Amino acid sequence: MYDLIIIGAGPAGITASVYAAREMMNLLVISKDVGGQAALSGDVENYTGYQFITGPELAAKFEEHMKKYAVAFKEDEEVKGFKREDDIILVRTDKGAYQAKTVIIASGKRSKELNVPGEAKFKNKGLTYCATCDGPLFKGKDVAVIGGGNSALDATLQLTKIANRIYLINITGELTADAMVQQKVKENQKVSVLNNTQVSAVFGDKMVNGLKVKTKGLEKTISVQGVFVEIGLIPNSEFTEGIEKNEQGEIKVNCHNETNISGIFAAGDVTDVPEKQIIVAAGEGAKAALGAFKYLSRKK
Amino acid sequence: MDEKVKVYSTPSCPFCSRAKQFLKDNNIEFENIDVSADKAAGQEMIDKSGQMGVPVLDIEGEIIVGFDKEKISKALGL
Repeated sequence: MYDLIIIGAGPAGITASVYAAREMMNLLVISKDVGGQAALSGDVENYTGYQFITGPELAAKFEEHMKKYAVAFKEDEEVKGFKREDDIILVRTDKGAYQAKTVIIASGKRSKELNVPGEAKFKNKGLTYCATCDGPLFKGKDVAVIGGGNSALDATLQLTKIANRIYLINITGELTADAMVQQKVKENQKVSVLNNTQVSAVFGDKMVNGLKVKTKGLEKTISVQGVFVEIGLIPNSEFTEGIEKNEQGEIKVNCHNETNISGIFAAGDVTDVPEKQIIVAAGEGAKAALGAFKYLSRKK
Repeated sequence: MDEKVKVYSTPSCPFCSRAKQFLKDNNIEFENIDVSADKAAGQEMIDKSGQMGVPVLDIEGEIIVGFDKEKISKALGL
């Protein structure tokens, strides 16, 4: 029986593991991946202490920090559900079952899909949700980035160093990314911004050849070999039955990171805490771990 | 063990580093092919796997897309 099981190993989960380890809690971290969304980020210039670091590098630093404390870690394992029985929480995964006195849910978010014809067919065949991973394969090609927020513009800027021409396809009237990033994108000659434009289909042969888009009712096709979908994120909270969530599926927490079930805490992007930032997630992870520790101390 | 293992990867992809670390941890020798630097190798990867996502592992001719620990372990007989 563990004192604490942490679900997820992104900035929130890893920071929670460091704090819990320093409180000498007997803990286990279960996660599908390491670094979460941070590992998929391009350039990070707002994590205090690092004026510049790439997402994958920062994620590697986080992992190194966790490993310093020899935390028990199940990687590539997915939590399917949990239930509370008296003072014990049973956690069920795709590979096993575990018991703990407290749980921190830090399972983060994942990319939202377009839900248009051709998307599933061309996934990884020109269409991708990870510009950081797959971007380099599109050297000299014409590509489209779908979205208008920070992650879309971040992907666009990464691609300006690789691709020939980039169409930034934004469904709303204006981009919503940080002003400084918007300026960089607008100044770049390789980028064409298409506002008020919606993707209606992805087409191709074996690989992507183009997109069908609609601008204010007017349909046209754009010839591209790559499509980068960056239209936001949805919380990985489907497995958290019995936990209160908001309309977006984010787990509701109070300022102590407590959920509606005692002994179960949540932190990071999966929660309804505003501002999905690496530094915010890390801070929330620390709070959740200390909260879980104090909860156990009170029970003794 | 003398299997021929190739890893098609990009320097920035987190699952590529996980896959390479996994091979190192299991003392498997492999050739790392950076498809962001070598366009021909990128095409070779696409031809072999029929898709463009990284990483792609070629374990003695068996093609594995993504960091799929179980498939990789099975192919290597771990």
